Amino acid sequence: MSESSDAPDGHEKGGLSRRTFLKALGTTAVASAAAQATSIAQELQKHNDERVYGPGPAPISLKINGATKKFEVEPRVTLLDLLRNRTDLTGTKEVCDRATCGACTVWLDGTPVYSCMTLAIEAQRREITTIEGLSKGGELTAVQKAFVNCDGLQCGFCTPGFVMSVTALLKEKPKPTEEEVRKACSGNLCRCGTYPRVFAAALEAAGVKTASKVEVIRIDRGTKAPPTYV
Amino acid sequence: MSEWPKETKYLGKSAPRIDGPAKVTGAAKYAYDVQPSGWLWGAILRSKWAAAKITSINLDKARAAPGIKAAVLAREGERQVRYYGEELAAIAGTSKEAVQDALRLIEVQATPVPFVVKEMDATKPDAPKIFEDGQNVGEAQVRENGNVAEGFANSAAIVENSFETQVQLHHSLETHGNMVAFTPEEITVWASTQGVFSVRDGIADNMQVPQSKVRVICDYMGGGFGSKLGPGVEGALATRLSQAAGAPVKLMLTRLDESLAVGNRPSTFQKVKLGASADGTLLAYELESFGCPGFAAGGATAAGGSGATFPAPYIYKIPNTRVKQASVAVNAGSSRAFRAPGHPTASFSMEAMMDDLAVKLGIDPVELRIKNDPFDVRRKEYEIGREKFGWKEKYKKPGSSAGVVKVGVGCGGATWGGGGRGTQAEVQINRDGNVEVRCGTQDIGTGARTVVALVAAEVLGLTPDKITVRIGDTRFPPSGGSGGSTTTASISPAVFDACTNALTELQKVSGLPDARGANWAAACKKIGMNPLVVAGKWREGLSSTGAGGVQFAEVEVDTETGFVTIRKIVAIQDCGLIVNKLTCESQINGGVIQGIGYALYEGRVMDRATGVVLNPNFETYKLPNGADVPPIEIVLLDMPERGVIGVGEPCHIPTAAAIANAVANALGVRITSLPITPDKVLAALGKIPATKTAADLQLLNNAFALVRSLPATTVEEFDPAIV
Repeated sequence: MSESSDAPDGHEKGGLSRRTFLKALGTTAVASAAAQATSIAQELQKHNDERVYGPGPAPISLKINGATKKFEVEPRVTLLDLLRNRTDLTGTKEVCDRATCGACTVWLDGTPVYSCMTLAIEAQRREITTIEGLSKGGELTAVQKAFVNCDGLQCGFCTPGFVMSVTALLKEKPKPTEEEVRKACSGNLCRCGTYPRVFAAALEAAGVKTASKVEVIRIDRGTKAPPTYV
Repeated sequence: MSEWPKETKYLGKSAPRIDGPAKVTGAAKYAYDVQPSGWLWGAILRSKWAAAKITSINLDKARAAPGIKAAVLAREGERQVRYYGEELAAIAGTSKEAVQDALRLIEVQATPVPFVVKEMDATKPDAPKIFEDGQNVGEAQVRENGNVAEGFANSAAIVENSFETQVQLHHSLETHGNMVAFTPEEITVWASTQGVFSVRDGIADNMQVPQSKVRVICDYMGGGFGSKLGPGVEGALATRLSQAAGAPVKLMLTRLDESLAVGNRPSTFQKVKLGASADGTLLAYELESFGCPGFAAGGATAAGGSGATFPAPYIYKIPNTRVKQASVAVNAGSSRAFRAPGHPTASFSMEAMMDDLAVKLGIDPVELRIKNDPFDVRRKEYEIGREKFGWKEKYKKPGSSAGVVKVGVGCGGATWGGGGRGTQAEVQINRDGNVEVRCGTQDIGTGARTVVALVAAEVLGLTPDKITVRIGDTRFPPSGGSGGSTTTASISPAVFDACTNALTELQKVSGLPDARGANWAAACKKIGMNPLVVAGKWREGLSSTGAGGVQFAEVEVDTETGFVTIRKIVAIQDCGLIVNKLTCESQINGGVIQGIGYALYEGRVMDRATGVVLNPNFETYKLPNGADVPPIEIVLLDMPERGVIGVGEPCHIPTAAAIANAVANALGVRITSLPITPDKVLAALGKIPATKTAADLQLLNNAFALVRSLPATTVEEFDPAIV
């Protein structure tokens, strides 16, 4: 690569050098990008002058499951960590802590989000709903009942996230197809492999009939003895 | 009653889990969720070197950091670390943030030493040694019967091939870890575990306290798959932190840690040769293999074993057999038991050989299996499965599928021990007619709590909601670890026995000949001051061992992208007595789906240059997602007279074999390495250069030559590390 001399220590670089990248981008684009960056920086500065959080704990106020609570947290604290470590709402699970598994799914103003990728301070002035906030007065919701009846869970660690995703879907689309259920749950992982039952539960909660693909066949080997060789 | 009832109200029917409501509302408290008063956050500092001599670790600055209450070393004095991620020290403090900051203040003096993380590199004569006084490739095991040379000489058809399987990570969603409250009187451990008693024994041993001074609680746990049978290094560190801080400490591992230090399924490299007569009778089998269980097999777990050996020639009995297996160590985390240790690996290569032999002999692959399978139940399963799957219409000559997207079918078989073992249970009948059943087992997601309630309800003639089930505590009568698919087959007989004894006792006390049904309330009123407490235990005759299973797969392979899509899986599973049909089916779905991951997606990637795991998260280590799940059709073989067996592991074994055979059938070319990723498909089709260079192949051949020359111990049977 001709730009390899760009590297100050003379080592060959594998990827694009900064110069190549800028060349490729074209000078006009660079100039306008730079101007844009400057104006963004100015805007940010203006904003931060008004209100600076951190790095130490800052007072924040959050509305969780309808109740407003005050906390003192550093700005780096995620909504997930706040829920799990500063309240007793541990139904929201930590699994990957990087937006890949959906176990930490909560709603912000009714929309599912990954709470591991949401800073607690960002969630101010929003309606936060966790798994504990779904059922009112101890009565299970239709979705929760369907998860229990269809066995849409095994170890149960991913379950709160799936329940949050499915419930949000059914609010938007009361009669989804299985394809739509799969799409709504595409951000949720389960290691026990419970997906078919989660899909069945979502459809049952929506009143859509699903057929069981399971068959039991009675076999009589004529002996009770375990096989001599298996 | 001494036998399972013929007519049942609950057993063999579908019942929703009794703890379902707790799990769907977030009320279920896992170890990760427990919050005793004054609890501290704990975390581990891990080695950033794949191999190094550690000369000193200074915890002073970390200990003095704001909020930090305790800091301990994983091991005192100078030491060696043998993989990236090995535990060095741990600290506990008042918040996660304080602990994360303080971890950076720990000063470690270390001299990095040469390391090796790739199996092939570790077999080279000049490779860095994992243990200075040992060999990377140690002694081998040999098993021989008949005369292999003669067997092959008499064979009308011989097939030969080489196979590779990857290191698979458990990745249970709840990470490993514990909440530990140490007091001089008692150590209480809330553990994410598959064995409350094995954690108790491990902690007691580590802390040098009597076992009676350790209490382990596990109300709920978020998956283990074989990797959570002992307290682990993290359990010992949490206990010492709690002792030092004088407060409860929660030490749960991170997702990164899960890729490094808490177990995996070993890789394997196999050379296989199989011979048969013209009518398809298997005559001779030869295997040379080696695999990698990490820096040392077993590791800090009560799971034991889990080396890289596997049962061969798996489910078949072949008169002339010679098998030689070895293990190679690298600088990586140690293996642990992983859902049916050794079996999916064994099934993958053996079933591939069966298909290739069938093609060579011009015999239908299912017919060849039925002809050679020694287990009557599995033979029956092939017959049922091929009807249900539509095998006769779907099976075509390999590679004959037209078009860009090719369709293929395949099948494979499995065996597993399962069965029950020493478990005790206790039934308490209260005067108000309510019943408590206590058993020191744990529910790893299979529905153990519900199994206890259903068995008790069946025997006592009550509805399951009248039964309060208490499990997951070492204060209850002992039960074994949930490994080897033994939980249901262990607890069901123990609860059956305890309830049968309790009913007899209640009838004696009340004077009623049958205290069940309409008589129940009246009988219970006659109990007297104290509730009736009656014990029972597991005994022979109510459970059985030996479960066979077969699976069929239909796949599409896109020959332009190399992408494999599964159209359908049919799973036929030998169940013995089905306790709860609903949760039994869920386990089978799960076994199949985890098998899809093993077949197509999963595999730990190590970096040769730095010694780190390159894919320690779910973006780069792909688990099966909802979109990857095909229709799964399940057939349960109900044989109640055999008693309870256990299905968790057998249903996972043959999935990868069936999928790999279906891919080979679609393409007419066999992919001999798992996972079957698009690059391997395209390379096999000659559309991109081969994934292995000539130098790689030379290394592989040298490694096999080394295994051939190794001294070997002769064994009767291979230990497939069934726990």
